Order: sequence, then C-alpha cells, then structure tokens
Amino acid sequence: MVSIDEIDKSLIADKKLPDFHPGDKIRVYTKLKEGDKTRTQKFEGTVISRRGQGLRETFTVRKLSAGYGVERIFPLHMLNLDKLEVVKKGKARRAKLFYIRKKK
Amino acid sequence: MIELIGKKVGMTQIFNEKGKLFPVTVVQIEPNLVVRHKTQEKDGYNACILGFGVKKNPNRPYVGIFKSLGMKPTKILHEARESFLDWKVGKKITVSVFSEVSKVNVTGHSKGKGFAGVIKRYGFSGGPKSHGSKFHSQPGSIGTSKTPGRVYKGRKMPGRMGSNKVTVKNIKIVKLDEAKNLLFLNGQVPGPTNGLLIIKSVESYQLQAAGQTKDSELTAHNS
Repeated sequence: MVSIDEIDKSLIADKKLPDFHPGDKIRVYTKLKEGDKTRTQKFEGTVISRRGQGLRETFTVRKLSAGYGVERIFPLHMLNLDKLEVVKKGKARRAKLFYIRKKK
Repeated sequence: MIELIGKKVGMTQIFNEKGKLFPVTVVQIEPNLVVRHKTQEKDGYNACILGFGVKKNPNRPYVGIFKSLGMKPTKILHEARESFLDWKVGKKITVSVFSEVSKVNVTGHSKGKGFAGVIKRYGFSGGPKSHGSKFHSQPGSIGTSKTPGRVYKGRKMPGRMGSNKVTVKNIKIVKLDEAKNLLFLNGQVPGPTNGLLIIKSVESYQLQAAGQTKDSELTAHNS
C-alpha cells in the first residue's frame, strides 16, 4: 500500500528552512528569472498564516508598503524559494492573524 | 496501445523544472500479470488477458484457471483488445512500459452522487432564491400542452447521478516512478481513491515498438 502522504514526502526537495510561526517577522528570498539573468527578490513582513500540510503547505506574509497592506502567499516547498530568515520572533496567541488587516 | 490496470492513490502537486506547480494524480500500477492470449484462430479476435492484485477467498473454479498456469488468482481480470505477443504468459508488466509514452487515456468508474436534482445533474440554473420567489430548484415545465400531449423522450429530469464509466482522454504523463510502480498524471482521473483504472496509451503499441514516438510531445508538458 502506498499512501499519498508518503509520496508527498518523497517529492519534497531537501531544503533546510528555519522554524517559523505566525507572528514572526521574516524575510523571504525568491529567485526571479528575467530573460537569461536570475536575480533574487526579497519580501519582508509578518507571517499571518500557515496552512496545508506536506508538499501543499503555504504561508502568507503581510507587509505595509507606502501605507497599504500587501500580502503574498508562498508555497513552502516551492523551488524558487531561495532562502528564508526569521528577523524577529513574534508572540502570537492564535494561529491565523487575519485581525491585523483591520487594525490601523 | 499499451493497456494496463492501475489503482488511484490520490492527488497532490508537483513542481516542474521551471518552478511551475501542477496538480497530479498518482496511480499505482502493481505489476500486471499476463494470464492468457486470445488469438484470431482460436477465439476469433486478438486480445491479451491481464490480471491485477490478489484475490481474497477465490472459489474453486476460479483457482482452477490459474492453477493450470501455475499462478496465484488475481483480483481482476481484464481483456486488452490488442495483441501484445512479446508479452509472454506469466510475465509481469510494470510501469516502465509507459516510459516512452507521453499521453494516456484513463477509464474509471466515477463517484456515485445518489439521487440528484436537475441543478446538480444537468446544470439547470434554477429560480431566484429571494424577492418573494417560490421557484427555487425545481425543473420547471417538462413539455408542451395538447400537442403532442406527452413528454418528449430524453427529457432531463432528476435521477441517479454518477457511478458511470468515464474516460478522460489525452492525459499527460508527468513522471514515472519505476521503483514504486507509480505513474504521475497531470490533472484529474475519474473515481475515488483506491478505485480501479484502465490506462491506455494514446499512441499505438506497434508504433512504439518501432520507436516512432514523438519526442516533441514528450517534452511538451515541461514547458
């Protein structure tokens, strides 16, 4: 018997990512291909959600850009994810921090 | 066409070389056993009978079929209507036969939906939900008046939905895992997890034997 979870595990590329939780401030480095050149783009903000499991896990990062809230959803195991740094550990009392969207 | 029996393991996602995400269905192909060949002279047509899985508590006549061939009874017997004469009786056919194939047709038994109304079964739009409407999800009028004075045949009405034989054509093969006998197919296939599937290659087997598969198609799904 083969289970889909086992297959999921075998498909995950072996990448060492730091342990991070909702509430943490993180910096995400993604590789971008422009023509023949590849460059690294960074996105810094607060993790407001982590969802899914195994290969399908994603996380949402929110930042304020020129006074407007910007959110990006990253698949945790995506190949273009170059590096991930935890800038500041946060204290969150819930798993999903969607309330900060309403907070000014 | 290459034709094998497989079992649906479930669905997941996969990244290609460019980092694009694909939905994939994983199909497990436990080695198919070649049980018998049917030939033009003896049976009137050419076919290959394949066995899949292990049968629990088989009855004696069923065991007898396999005993004379020196095999263990399989759960499923399936007749593939093409001659695979190089597949010897007793040989176990694995996923590796699909290594040269780019596209397959998959036949399965769709999930049963029970007695379904006309909205779910045929996509009728139904009536307004509010503004005093009392017409929500009924089928509406089913015909005309005195002429012809009956309901036309083939009128779409509520009834049993699903649990049909469904074929999805031209599914791309994303990946093969020969060690675990797994086939990764792009997108969906009919039926529930652990449902049985018949997987047929789109190109003819004779073409493949002659090495005439289209290489361009093999790489097309990666772009």
